[in-house]
Amino acid sequence: MSKNDNSILEEITSSEYKYGFETIIETDNAPKGLSEDTIRFISNKKNEPEWMLEWRLKAYRQWLTMKNPLWANVSYPQIDFQDIIYYSAPKQKKKVNSLDEIDPELRKTFEKLGISLDEQKRLSGVAVDAVIDSVSVVTTFKTKLAELGIIFCSMSEAVHEHPELVRKYMGSVVPVNDNYFAALNSAVFSDGSFCYIPKGVRCPMELSTYFRINTAGTGQFERTLIVADEGSYVSYLEGCTAPMRDENQLHAAVVEIVAHDHAEVKYSTVQNWYPGDKEGKGGIYNFVTKRGICSGAYSKISWTQVETGSAITWKYPSVILKGDHSVGEFYSVAVTNNRQQADTGTKMIHIGKHTRSRIVSKGISAGKSQNSYRGLVQVFKRAEQARNFSQCDSLLMGDQCGAHTFPYIEVNNPSAQIEHEATTSKIGEDQLFYCNQRGIDTESAVALIVNGYAKEVLNQLPMEFAVEAQKLLAVSLEGSVG
Amino acid sequence: MLSIHNLHASIEGKKILNGINLEVKAGEVHAIMGPNGSGKSTLASILAGREEFEVTEGSVDFTGKDLLELSPEDRAREGVFLAFQYPVEIPGVSTINFLKTAINQIREYKGEKPLDAGTFLKTMKEKMKLVEIDQSLLNRSLNEGFSGGEKKRNEIFQMAMLEPRLAILDETDSGLDIDALRIVANGVNKLKNPDNAIILVTHYQRLLDYIVPDHVHVLYKGRIVKSGGKELALELEEKGYDWIKTEQAEIA
Ligand SMILES: Nc1ncnc2c1ncn2[C@@H]1O[C@H](COP(=O)(O)OP(=O)(O)OP(=O)(O)O)[C@@H](O)[C@H]1O
Ligand SMILES: [Mg+2]
Repeated sequence: MSKNDNSILEEITSSEYKYGFETIIETDNAPKGLSEDTIRFISNKKNEPEWMLEWRLKAYRQWLTMKNPLWANVSYPQIDFQDIIYYSAPKQKKKVNSLDEIDPELRKTFEKLGISLDEQKRLSGVAVDAVIDSVSVVTTFKTKLAELGIIFCSMSEAVHEHPELVRKYMGSVVPVNDNYFAALNSAVFSDGSFCYIPKGVRCPMELSTYFRINTAGTGQFERTLIVADEGSYVSYLEGCTAPMRDENQLHAAVVEIVAHDHAEVKYSTVQNWYPGDKEGKGGIYNFVTKRGICSGAYSKISWTQVETGSAITWKYPSVILKGDHSVGEFYSVAVTNNRQQADTGTKMIHIGKHTRSRIVSKGISAGKSQNSYRGLVQVFKRAEQARNFSQCDSLLMGDQCGAHTFPYIEVNNPSAQIEHEATTSKIGEDQLFYCNQRGIDTESAVALIVNGYAKEVLNQLPMEFAVEAQKLLAVSLEGSVG
Repeated sequence: MLSIHNLHASIEGKKILNGINLEVKAGEVHAIMGPNGSGKSTLASILAGREEFEVTEGSVDFTGKDLLELSPEDRAREGVFLAFQYPVEIPGVSTINFLKTAINQIREYKGEKPLDAGTFLKTMKEKMKLVEIDQSLLNRSLNEGFSGGEKKRNEIFQMAMLEPRLAILDETDSGLDIDALRIVANGVNKLKNPDNAIILVTHYQRLLDYIVPDHVHVLYKGRIVKSGGKELALELEEKGYDWIKTEQAEIA
């Protein structure tokens, strides 16, 4: 990683949100507002089978009975759910069969975002599913993956091509009525990625989904489902950006992961939704439900997240450790600056025997932001010899920001071993001066110190993402010291 | 190279430096001695650009530039190096990574291209030999959990890597065992050349046995009250500071 450090530091001298452009592209939108008709419209657009529509409508009816959760340490005006466009798709003349047929404007967008859709560029070794607004526009490397029996496609396609898998697993980890935003997502989700790794297969490349909200006034409600069959392995990456807008846009995604016996899933996110401007105007409300289940023995799920964007983040990637000897991990760096608010953390639910979990959370608060860690470690009665280690650190920059930790621990088996460590620190004048004295300017010194602080988490990311994440941390914190 | 003229400085209204005059030429080694609290580290910090201290009077010229006008990082880039009396810990950042960042920022300032990994590595190996430092130490978080001696040795390693024009060593000898003292001193001697200069802040003659100073100065209550050749250090070692204090009291 260090090889790239300096090029990164050079790049960070220019700040601002560089993904804030909008692609002018013709779109196909649903009328504003939410009703059963909206849901029928979406389902119809996607030519969905009856069971899918029924599933959505059921979710919608549940949602109507639920209330917006208020327990998180964030505040925002009431969301007007009738003022959102629930479906927006870039207009494609026809179904694309090859990459050459993709709208050149769209291609340009992805080039600007630094995403290669070009299957020839095998060097990058990353298969990408790209979702713009409500639909998946392209999935790369499909045939190569198919040779191994790996299914990697958009959720819409999966509903048609692999209904048995979708019906079996969708909603099995995050039930429709799990929470307010999950229910909303279940009703209106428009696309997302689906991934199935068959028994004993190690996925040879990183799978990646790139999300972008483009159209004004739209919400993005994608759903991702990853199923790792016995003894399989996959590393999955998720990236996201949005144009700069004065309005707040809602992103309410659901991610479900199922790991069978001896399977391992690594899920990494670099979340860089538009955070709003310095005064807190605009930005994405990121209300996401992510959960994995280690359903089989010796299975493992790890979440790694680098959260730098969004006006508000409300997100708790969790693992249900059902299989004996299963392992759950959560590595997180959450940066808040200016007026951003983040309430994020994890839940580790120990059900099986000898289950282990590890939580490493690194919060960084600057400006007038609020950064909260919220975590639950729950040990069920039958979870003999469960182990958890939690490390929650906060780094403060300046004295107008806030860092909070809310660790909850519920242990119902006396053989459990739970360790919790927490620290709060500030970037010291002494550290900055020491760097300055060696010729390093303050901006780069902050980047260096912050990356050092977050290293344990950044090390979990695949190489290309780690570099991206380092840059992001630096850019997000620019101007926050001195 | 360095010329300090009538330098006065204070912190929180408290006067610490009371008119320092010092002339350092290229190729020279100067030792600054003096009782605890006399202002030695303060002088070093001010030269390096620490902002807490307020310079109330005087000027500092470094290679024709007004040093006090430059930011701390620009002073470093111009070739001022301070080996800290108390080096700072930076968790998660290795010495190697730290130095690479530093070197490339200095090079950028000079309009040079970043150092390629190969050259960096080669230089690093050379300098590691010079101060007999182990690579495992350089891979660890900077100064975190380092012993007192390891921190000091790491400072000299950084100096070797950065090749400053003016190196100020603030009590680099304290905390070093006898062998380490010799190694560090030898390292410094090898780095010495006709184009650079060294200011040693020290309390003890033993360092000066290895690095022989051209000039020795005694700092007392924020002023240089005595200057001489290397024999002055021997005299201080023998007699302590009392005679200087008495002398000063008589003058006042
Ligand atoms: N940040 C500060 N606030 C207040 N006083 C300070 C500060 N820094 C230094 N001083 C005071 O300035 C005086 C000179 O301190 P300095 O550290 O320069 O002494 P020194 O000669 O290096 O001593 P030593 O030999 O013990 O290292 C001391 O009285 C010290 O307490
Ligand atoms: Mg001192």
